[in-house]
Amino acid sequence: MPSPIIAFEKVNKWYGNSFHVLRDIDLSIQTGERIVICGPSGSGKSTLIRCINRLEEHQQGVLRVDGVEIGDDIKVIDEVRKKVGMVFQQFNLFPHLTVLENLTLSPMWVGKLPKKEADARAMEQLQRVRIAEQAHKYPLQLSGGQQQRVAIARALCLTPKIMLFDEPTSALDPEMIKEVLDVMIELAGQGITMVCVTHEMGFAKAVADRVIFMDEGQIVEQNTPDAFFNNPQNERSRDFLSKILGH
Amino acid sequence: MTSHTFIAPRPAPAAASGWLGWCKSNLFYDWKTSLGTVLIGLIVLYVLPRLFNWGVTDAVLSGGYEACHAAQGACWAVVREKFRFILFGRYPHEEHWRALICTVLLLGLIVVSCTRAFWRTWLAGLWIGVLLLYFALMRGGFAGLRYVETDLWSGLPLTILLASLSMVMAFPIAVLIALGRRSGMPAIRSLCTVYVELIRGVPLISVLFMASFMFPLLMPQGFNIDVLIRVLAGITLFAAAYMAEVIRGGLQAIPKGQIEAAATLGLSYWQTQRKIVLPQALAMVVPGLMNNFISTFKDTSLVAIVSLYELTGAMGMAMNSDANWRAFRVEGYLFIALIYFVFCYSMSRYSQWIESQVNKSRQR
Repeated sequence: MPSPIIAFEKVNKWYGNSFHVLRDIDLSIQTGERIVICGPSGSGKSTLIRCINRLEEHQQGVLRVDGVEIGDDIKVIDEVRKKVGMVFQQFNLFPHLTVLENLTLSPMWVGKLPKKEADARAMEQLQRVRIAEQAHKYPLQLSGGQQQRVAIARALCLTPKIMLFDEPTSALDPEMIKEVLDVMIELAGQGITMVCVTHEMGFAKAVADRVIFMDEGQIVEQNTPDAFFNNPQNERSRDFLSKILGH
Repeated sequence: MTSHTFIAPRPAPAAASGWLGWCKSNLFYDWKTSLGTVLIGLIVLYVLPRLFNWGVTDAVLSGGYEACHAAQGACWAVVREKFRFILFGRYPHEEHWRALICTVLLLGLIVVSCTRAFWRTWLAGLWIGVLLLYFALMRGGFAGLRYVETDLWSGLPLTILLASLSMVMAFPIAVLIALGRRSGMPAIRSLCTVYVELIRGVPLISVLFMASFMFPLLMPQGFNIDVLIRVLAGITLFAAAYMAEVIRGGLQAIPKGQIEAAATLGLSYWQTQRKIVLPQALAMVVPGLMNNFISTFKDTSLVAIVSLYELTGAMGMAMNSDANWRAFRVEGYLFIALIYFVFCYSMSRYSQWIESQVNKSRQR
């Protein structure tokens, strides 16, 4: 078996002195794998994926991303961040920059690409998320669904090996969820490693190789979507599924 | 199943129109507003004619002080008589043309700096060039120009120099201090906090006093920095502390998600501050910053405490030095008040223009 692109070994994290948010996390993710993480709010799912690009620090255990161990070394963190794209619940687009400038910022300032090449790359990604005609607008002039697609395109401009999604559709109006999920499903078909915190079970069934269920800082159950949805093994998974699917 | 008929949009109802309707709803809405309108109207009717008589009808526009003493109204002749003294103070009378050129140079530089089309890197070079020219021309001592010591520089050119230079220098210092106060490094954070609290804890007058009198005492014998430079440093450091707090207010308002997004894109700390945080933070605090600029502009009048006579000081000196005209200082003060107002109001309007520019990205 090839070595995993992301590997958690007995990773622990606390907020402050008392809140034990990640407890003995063991998790290996293979290159190209598509993972969906779900679980009740406060279970540590967002914290888990935010450790992968060091938006959060873990205090115990070993976390390796693409072969290097994540620690205090800023150079390592910078290298890892170039390989990991992230999409947030609240989009976090830069409101003072146009859509195109949002996309070219990192390629130009971090990747040192000339403006022309950065623009070309950005337009390519905007076409990929089907929003190229909005390139010269400001983020706040777009709908939520459009903004989130821009955010996905911005992350893709890094040409990342891994894409992290932190509840990408939770802040959207219902009629805009589909356009974002469609883009994500398309992306999933293109071989990029995806780790996605979401409660969109239809998305999980359609693209996930594995569903991970977390509760109280632990990985309680992991399985294929079929097995997880049709035959959850753990009482807490059953309870959670009955709550989100029960209406 | 009932079918739904869609309602076509209609224009909003017209408000009660005409000036009568406007008066009714704004001036005589009920008995309280009516009473207020009548009272304020009476006060205006009482004050305005008197002011008009004093300032226009009975005023003396030209002539000597005898005419002024005889008249009931304002003595605008004092402005005509003393304006060169008020504008240029102690600067030698026959060299006033140099001070005038310097004033125009500085004003031109400021206008250019405020114009979007000129926001290029060469603007920094232009500042250095114009300032060098200003100092050379004011100082003289070459090419047959008479040498004029810095403590004779006064009036409007001094006010504009002190205000513009201290603002331009204070701004970057303020940005660094504001960032420092939010730094993750405790040493830097406390240093910046101590700086802000110390400076804010004392009046500008005492800062100027220390810059002017204490500083030379602490320096070795024979080592001297020009009083103008010391005062400039004092005002700059003082303004920077206040400005830093205004900027920090803007920094606090930037959502954490913006910084996280910048981090995931691989931007360094300084890139994040320069490209993401500061543009948004500064845009938010434009009104507060302009408040600071305006008060710094007027605070320059305090340098009289260390015997530098900028506009206000020069005007006081012009009045005090001549017993014949001394009685008409009110008119003199009104004259410089007008000058201050023109500057401050322009700054205020400019600030509104800046606001409209930075809000463009927020318009739908």
